[in-house]
Amino acid sequence: MNISFRLNGDAVTVDTAPTTTLLDWLRDGRGLTGTKEGCNEGDCGACTVIVTDADGPRTLNACILFMGQLDGAAVRTVEGLSAPDGTLHPVQQAMIDHHGSQCGFCTPGFVTAMACAHLTGATDHDDQLAGNLCRCTGYAPILRAARAAETAPVPDHMRDTPLHLSPSTSGDAATGGGGRSPRSHAAVGAAWGHTAALAATGASGAGDAGWAQEGVRPSTLDELAEWYAETPEATLVAGATDVGLWVTKGLRDLGPVAFLNGIGEMQRIEITDDAVRLGAGVTIAAMREALAPIWPGLGELLRRYGSQQVRNAATIGGNIANGSPIGDGSPALIALGARLHLRKGDVRREIALQDFFLDYGKQDRAPGEFVEAVTVPRGPGAAQFHKISKRFDQDISAVCGCFYIERDGARITTARLAFGGMAGTPRRAARAEAALISDGIAAAQDALEQDFTPMSDMRASAAYRLEAARGLLARLDGSDARQGSVLEVRA
Amino acid sequence: MSVAKPLPHDSARQHVTGAARYIDDIPTPANCLHLAFGLSDTAHGEITAMDLDAVRAAPGVVAVLTAADLPFANDVAPAAHDEPLLAAGTVHYVGQPIFAVAATSHLAARKAARLGRVEIAARPALLTFEDALAAGSRFEDGPRIYAKGDSGAALSRAAHRLTGRIEMGGQEHFYLEGQAALAIPGEGGDMVVQSSSQHPTEIQHKVAEALGLPMAAVRCEVRRMGGGFGGKESQGNALAVAAAVAAAATGRPCKMRYDRDDDMIITGKRHDFRIDYEVGFDDHGVIDGLDFTQYARCGWAQDLSLPVADRAMLHADNAYHLRDVTITSHRLKTNTQSATAFRGFGGPQGMLGIERVMDHIAHHLGIDPLRVRRANYYADAPVEGARPGGQPPGPPGGISGKMKTGDSALAGEVPIRGDGDAASRGADVAMTAPVAGRAAPGDQTTPYHMPVTDFILGRMTERLLDEAEYHARRAAVADWNAAHDVLKKGIAFTPVKFGISFTLTHLNQAGALVHVYQDGSVHLNHGGTEMGQGLYQKVAQVAADRFGIALDQVKITATDTGKVPNTSATAASSGADLNGMAVKVACDTIRDRIAGFLSDLHQCSAAAVVFEDGHVQVGAERLTFAKAVQLAYQGRVSLSATGFYKTPDIEWDRIRGRGRPFYYFAHGAAVAEVVIDTRTGENRILRVDILHDAGRSLNPAIDIGQIEGGFVQGAGWLTTEELVWDDHGRLRTHAPATYKIPAASDRPEIFNVALWDGANAAPTIYRSKAVGEPPFMLGIAPFLALSDAVAACGPHYPALDAPATAERVLAAVRRARG
Repeated sequence: MNISFRLNGDAVTVDTAPTTTLLDWLRDGRGLTGTKEGCNEGDCGACTVIVTDADGPRTLNACILFMGQLDGAAVRTVEGLSAPDGTLHPVQQAMIDHHGSQCGFCTPGFVTAMACAHLTGATDHDDQLAGNLCRCTGYAPILRAARAAETAPVPDHMRDTPLHLSPSTSGDAATGGGGRSPRSHAAVGAAWGHTAALAATGASGAGDAGWAQEGVRPSTLDELAEWYAETPEATLVAGATDVGLWVTKGLRDLGPVAFLNGIGEMQRIEITDDAVRLGAGVTIAAMREALAPIWPGLGELLRRYGSQQVRNAATIGGNIANGSPIGDGSPALIALGARLHLRKGDVRREIALQDFFLDYGKQDRAPGEFVEAVTVPRGPGAAQFHKISKRFDQDISAVCGCFYIERDGARITTARLAFGGMAGTPRRAARAEAALISDGIAAAQDALEQDFTPMSDMRASAAYRLEAARGLLARLDGSDARQGSVLEVRA
Repeated sequence: MSVAKPLPHDSARQHVTGAARYIDDIPTPANCLHLAFGLSDTAHGEITAMDLDAVRAAPGVVAVLTAADLPFANDVAPAAHDEPLLAAGTVHYVGQPIFAVAATSHLAARKAARLGRVEIAARPALLTFEDALAAGSRFEDGPRIYAKGDSGAALSRAAHRLTGRIEMGGQEHFYLEGQAALAIPGEGGDMVVQSSSQHPTEIQHKVAEALGLPMAAVRCEVRRMGGGFGGKESQGNALAVAAAVAAAATGRPCKMRYDRDDDMIITGKRHDFRIDYEVGFDDHGVIDGLDFTQYARCGWAQDLSLPVADRAMLHADNAYHLRDVTITSHRLKTNTQSATAFRGFGGPQGMLGIERVMDHIAHHLGIDPLRVRRANYYADAPVEGARPGGQPPGPPGGISGKMKTGDSALAGEVPIRGDGDAASRGADVAMTAPVAGRAAPGDQTTPYHMPVTDFILGRMTERLLDEAEYHARRAAVADWNAAHDVLKKGIAFTPVKFGISFTLTHLNQAGALVHVYQDGSVHLNHGGTEMGQGLYQKVAQVAADRFGIALDQVKITATDTGKVPNTSATAASSGADLNGMAVKVACDTIRDRIAGFLSDLHQCSAAAVVFEDGHVQVGAERLTFAKAVQLAYQGRVSLSATGFYKTPDIEWDRIRGRGRPFYYFAHGAAVAEVVIDTRTGENRILRVDILHDAGRSLNPAIDIGQIEGGFVQGAGWLTTEELVWDDHGRLRTHAPATYKIPAASDRPEIFNVALWDGANAAPTIYRSKAVGEPPFMLGIAPFLALSDAVAACGPHYPALDAPATAERVLAAVRRARG
């Protein structure tokens, strides 16, 4: 597959297997060894790079970023942070001044993530860096460095222009350093999603014996629908935060793949008074930005979804379609009463999201059919979104509980209690909902045992999951909820 | 004067630009091969058949090695010869390497390794403490017992008695750079190995054994590691040996690095412990008698488990003077990864045992645990900081010459038994004669009969409580809890007293090699390795100071067994103590030669030659250092020297549990405040205040970095980091997706760290103290603060186990409520 993009300012064109990872290509193919492999699954951030597309710059994990996703973009690695004359980037200098590196192995990933935050003006450093693990410093000096560099001007060379973005539409991205550039997914995304379906190439990827693999990058939904209906055995790659691991950990050869990030219309967010329609390609980062003003609790849940790098890559469509029982997107959207839009060829259908999940690993999706969008109604009720995990940031839920309640005075009239981590699929607690409406919270808590028989695994025991789920339901009580979460308490 | 300055890490600029090279970043020759292991999927059993045809036929595969293909020693154990590189017949844990693949790429090797078909006839696997105890599966013949006084009698006459148990999990090192090695074959069979290792000499030794070569034919070089924490003391042997054997077999350079999941599945971790206790005490909480029974789950091979378990016993007292005490230690052999060194080396586990006891006593008596702790403290050393009966502290930096006379303190060579790696902490060493009773300067001794003469925690505690406003905040926490039902706060103070020295006494030695070139530049080399702790910079600061030159004139070079031989592992917090002193000796040797030459030239006394500010003052004449060096060179003065140092005044009988294993103690103390959700067990660390004793710091910035980082790592061990094995012995937490080290937001939002900054009573390098491991145990404070918060939920003792995940906190809440 032929892929063109900008690397540290220079245009490059490479012919490589579409699922070669950017990390392997940088290190083995290009000799750029500053970007490190720490975990090869997107959980440590040592491979963080800055990728600029029509939506502006964002951090991504290069270890689970396929070359095929990069066509037309601009990539900046740690080697490209210093000015051409060798002057250090302000975050690099601050990391030295504040003793932010010890063993130094995580450091390139940190400074790259910090440089991207510096570029976009983000100052929520704990969240910006939640996807970067450091085992030496205890983070304190790194955070001091991030704060110290906030006010330094953005070096000019940091303002990348995507390779395939015409100057007339590149304005927002190219000058986005002063603040977060508004995301206008439909218009701009389509503008650079120019690449027609690419022919299969017998490529030899860096670091691997060659294999013939078809990689396409459609630019419209129609194009995707037609190709996928004809190639139902293919793998659709949206953010690759899950599919990436099939390759780097499962060592699978994926066969034909379609990269979806060139389809601008798939990244569209439409907000009306009644509902929000999210294209399947909307990233979790974009979803968080759009939905947090409507459902602040959902914004907080999505703040804890993966990490900045993962949220920048992962899409809501991918999160739903892979059917994980522990993904946080589905319980939240099920509680809100979301409906799913599926498409195969020219045939479209719409179902309640909760009906999509049939059983563990089994969804109501035909071969060649894909998730096109999800619609979330803006109901009149109140919603809560809760996540319990071993670590607050960048962890997978042991239990995710999302509750939507409509009241008539003090009386509950509608209740949707959706849970992740409690069954083989994300699911509503039907008996608890009924008990809540008829008899209140305590009854709903007791009914959970009839709704769920959770499993024990490395994240939590079955007994804890039930007990914690009961604890989450208790938060429906206003007086308890007023006592807040441990995340809101200060010394 | 470069010493005591808060200078950045020597590689800081390379770190932030991505230019710092780790093993996998070193450019390799084009024909380099890459290795991967095929692993056992069974915890215990006999290999009955192996079909590797598909592996050999896979794309890119050049060679496949099994145990039968190894030309010489099939052993990568640090000492006990019980760890085959590749399983021969029996497999002992899920993840044990069975065969190795060499292929043209890392990915090709990994893919091929999965194609092996190995049939294993499973045997019963011992996975748990109970399994091992029931089967009598243990290392050493029986439990080790250290005792002082008569704990049985003391317990029977005590006013109060409590029994209890604490379980604490192990810990994955999670060095960000995984294990890696690169072997490059030389002429005549020689081998050069670049390794990410804390112990280059052991790599050299094991590679030499595996290739049937003398150690002199193998050279190991280590520029830096991307983190070690003990996990690269012995666990890198397998990769280095595999790469060297494959390189010798194929004649091509061979590199091996573990994918993260493989790394976590194959390599050893911190030992998980169970500690049972029975304690007798008076109405004030003063301990009369105490029995500890420690159980360590060591995994399948001995590795460093004996000294780890020893050190857990040696820290069962922590900061408390125990008069009648018995400590029993069981070293259990299980079919899991072989537990290994990890920052603290057993100390944290032993220390958590006694801190739990303090907490339990206080709960029983209904008093602040702080009072119980202070009531049991060792007495402080006199304020001058002098060590009664020891050498008086010299002026800062004024220790020149003393080391030459201090050598006599160690009585003779220690005989080595067996043919293991004598440079390993796991070495099997014959016992020295019982230590003659050292005249105790006071009446306070440790449970292993070592006088405690340099204790300063009384004073440190006073200062920390004041600065952290402990008493006011404890009252505020009580008020807060009275006003809140669902969320509860807790606060705790805990101290650390950590013994400094390798307990295998002969390891307390170090060498250095220093060259001064004609232009006045200095080439610095020593046996310590750099894993991020700033050792290279601290030691370079010493060298610059000895010559009175700027730090940038000192060239730091990679640790290399060809330059400094027979090194000990960079471990036990000893790096700066040992190597700093060895470098000082080497520098002073060269300096004294230059001074002698110049004093002859200028007809003055050598004492009148002063090295400072980049110059050499000779009587009335002032030369640049470079000029002085040039003159010395022309005067045919040798400008190269080795330095050697061995720690004085230590001797230890690990079987009898008597002696003076430690040269001195390092101290620290922490106050932590936390909050829990009593409905879900979720918890947060809110504020931490630390006061730590790094002696007279060689580099306060680096030392504070060790303290902050050590604390967070210790807190991680006791909160979010949970290792989970299933019933088949498979580790289920083998990647960062499932094993959760602290992230940025897990550090305390308020995090105050201060240095005590008093001179070490022992004459160490510039009176500094070791700082690598001790701060790790400050992480006990938030754990016991969580216990305190849980205790606010009900009348019963929470008996919180570690790690305090939300699930364990919730279980403790239930216990507290009764």
